[in-house]
Amino acid sequence: MNFLETEDVVKQYAGHLALNKVSIQVPQGTIFGLLGPNGAGKTTLIRIINRITAPDSGIIRFNGHESCPEDIYQIGYLPEERGLYKKMKVGEQAIYLGQLKGLSYSEARKRLIHWFEKFDIMPWWNRKLEELSKGMQQKVQFIITVIHEPELLIFDEPFSGFDPVNADRLKQEILELKAAGHTIIFSTHNMSSVEEICDEITLINRSQVVLSGNVKEVRERFKNNTYILNVRRETGEIEELRVRKEDPISNSEWLTKLASQYEILSFTEEIPSMNDIFINTVSGTNTPKA
Amino acid sequence: MSKIGLIIKREYLRRVSKKSFILLTFLTPFLFAALVFVPLWLSSIKGDEVHTIAILDSTGKYAPLFEDTETYRFINSDQSMDTYRQIPDKEIFAFLAITEDLLENPKAATLYSKKQIPGELSRLVNMTLKKQIESDKLATFNIPNLKEIIKESKINFNIQTIKWGDDGSEKQSSSVVASITGVIFTMLIYMFILIYGGMVMQGVMEEKTNRIIEIMISSVKPFDLMMGKIIGIGFVGLTQVFLWAVMTFILITGGTFFLGGGTESEILRSSMALNTAPNITAIAVQQSGNEWIETLNTINFTEIGILFIVYFIGGYLLYSSLFAAIGSAVDGQEDTQQFMLPVTLLLVFALYAGIYSMENPDGPLAFWCSMIPFTSPIVMMVRVPFDVPLWEILLSIGFLYISSIGFTWLSAKIYRVGILMYGKKPSIKEMLKWLRYK
Repeated sequence: MNFLETEDVVKQYAGHLALNKVSIQVPQGTIFGLLGPNGAGKTTLIRIINRITAPDSGIIRFNGHESCPEDIYQIGYLPEERGLYKKMKVGEQAIYLGQLKGLSYSEARKRLIHWFEKFDIMPWWNRKLEELSKGMQQKVQFIITVIHEPELLIFDEPFSGFDPVNADRLKQEILELKAAGHTIIFSTHNMSSVEEICDEITLINRSQVVLSGNVKEVRERFKNNTYILNVRRETGEIEELRVRKEDPISNSEWLTKLASQYEILSFTEEIPSMNDIFINTVSGTNTPKA
Repeated sequence: MSKIGLIIKREYLRRVSKKSFILLTFLTPFLFAALVFVPLWLSSIKGDEVHTIAILDSTGKYAPLFEDTETYRFINSDQSMDTYRQIPDKEIFAFLAITEDLLENPKAATLYSKKQIPGELSRLVNMTLKKQIESDKLATFNIPNLKEIIKESKINFNIQTIKWGDDGSEKQSSSVVASITGVIFTMLIYMFILIYGGMVMQGVMEEKTNRIIEIMISSVKPFDLMMGKIIGIGFVGLTQVFLWAVMTFILITGGTFFLGGGTESEILRSSMALNTAPNITAIAVQQSGNEWIETLNTINFTEIGILFIVYFIGGYLLYSSLFAAIGSAVDGQEDTQQFMLPVTLLLVFALYAGIYSMENPDGPLAFWCSMIPFTSPIVMMVRVPFDVPLWEILLSIGFLYISSIGFTWLSAKIYRVGILMYGKKPSIKEMLKWLRYK
């Protein structure tokens, strides 16, 4: 079942079409990668899902019903451009934002204490935000995003500004949230993290969906009969070859042919990385039918 | 608690708990009082030094007329000017030389000093001599009892102004007191709209540049956020008004209690004496303090207070919604100028219109400017102490509130789009386009 669907969403800004009939399907309980180059329309789509702006036409279905104002309580949003009140104390601020997401004061406080302890930032509770380091601020922002335990979480470039240790920590948190049944939309330019954690992706380019599907399927789809061979030459040295299978023959037939030329140590089919797929798709080459 | 309530609460508490707010609120009335009373007090301080003035009167007629004051002591001297000039006497501050009968030669009196002669001294000398010359001149007419006749013909006159109520009742009024009251309230409302409207703009810009705005409006409607801010800051303003009213009341009652009734008229008298126009001084000095208090009492402060709050809320809503729209449309402080200018000009125009309306509070300028919503909160406050007809007040309040709501609605539409627009500074034309966005 899809937790979130958009159907032919169109959004026009003065003299520029931000979204052109964009349809996405986000299955329940998965991590969904929303990909695309800068200016493709990702942020606009996220804002529409968040009900920050309204689409000109098209439908957004949320958890089976058409999106309504109350749905925002079930969304947690971490925007790409982070920001909180600089002069406000961290704890007070987090409670306030939790209350705005529909929590009671005491409930917000209870949950925050839990999260602050988990992230070891309890001593910062009474500090002003501006006194915190960038990484700390990011942690606070992450907590604020998840505090009301929404069914849908939207992370826009969540790893930016984190050091590798904390980025990994955050990744584990995101995977934990998925395991707990939350549906997650994950927008990023970092393709290796997409491979690591995303189940489904949709790639938007120039306001349109150009690619979508399960990450494994998509990568399968982009295979182009290229194989990596580790061979030993007569001279004794080991070499890695990247060979493209041109003829429509089976792998064993082809291997027999190759084996007559080299001593084959290993044979693997090359699965294109998301990075290559992204670059190829966006730059307009190699666009298979989605 | 509803979301808008939460926002109002945050905006309000954050601001009233600021040290700067508390300090400003409690110090301003004292500052104002100081601004009025310190110059009065300073001018009333006499130098403790007593200057000696030597009179060299060859006629012998004028010297006895001079009486010692707190600051000047007059002594007769029979030595000649030249002696003094050559052997300076440190004890003597100035010399008054009178060589001939002044009636015959008015230029025969001169004040000499090594220092600048204070205005006070020359005034004192002038007055003393003038009085004598006048009476000498009168004596030359040889009319019996002329002095008494003249004295009797000097009549104090200051017209009484009485305003008829609708039921024909009489009310003593004073246009001076009403004008002063009106101008004070006009300045106050102008100041409040400018300060608190500016605060709304700062707040909106802070949220935009902090980028917290995206989180906020993924939780609350932009309209709620904007209104929450406007209302919260409005309450801060009302709190300040309330505290000032209470403090003024305490200061005045406390002041009257400690200083006693007489001092008040003295203060009024000396405050009037500061006024350079001599005729006003004369009138004011002759009017007793009690009369002033009486006319002050004819002004309906309850009515003015209530209308002040009503106009403050309306005017603040109108202007702060515009300020919010401006704050949302720009990226930083430096871009605000272009949009602020027309709004500030409107406010300044309103202030001037208010001050000019003081001269003729029922004239066409006053009337129309107290109807137009952008100027009415400021101009009407000048007119209110002069008893404006009820229908005019109601009509003006009606116009003000309808347009406040209208402009809030329009501003909300600009705000909603503006807060998410970064980069290029929008033109007015683009902002108008935003009004049509879905």
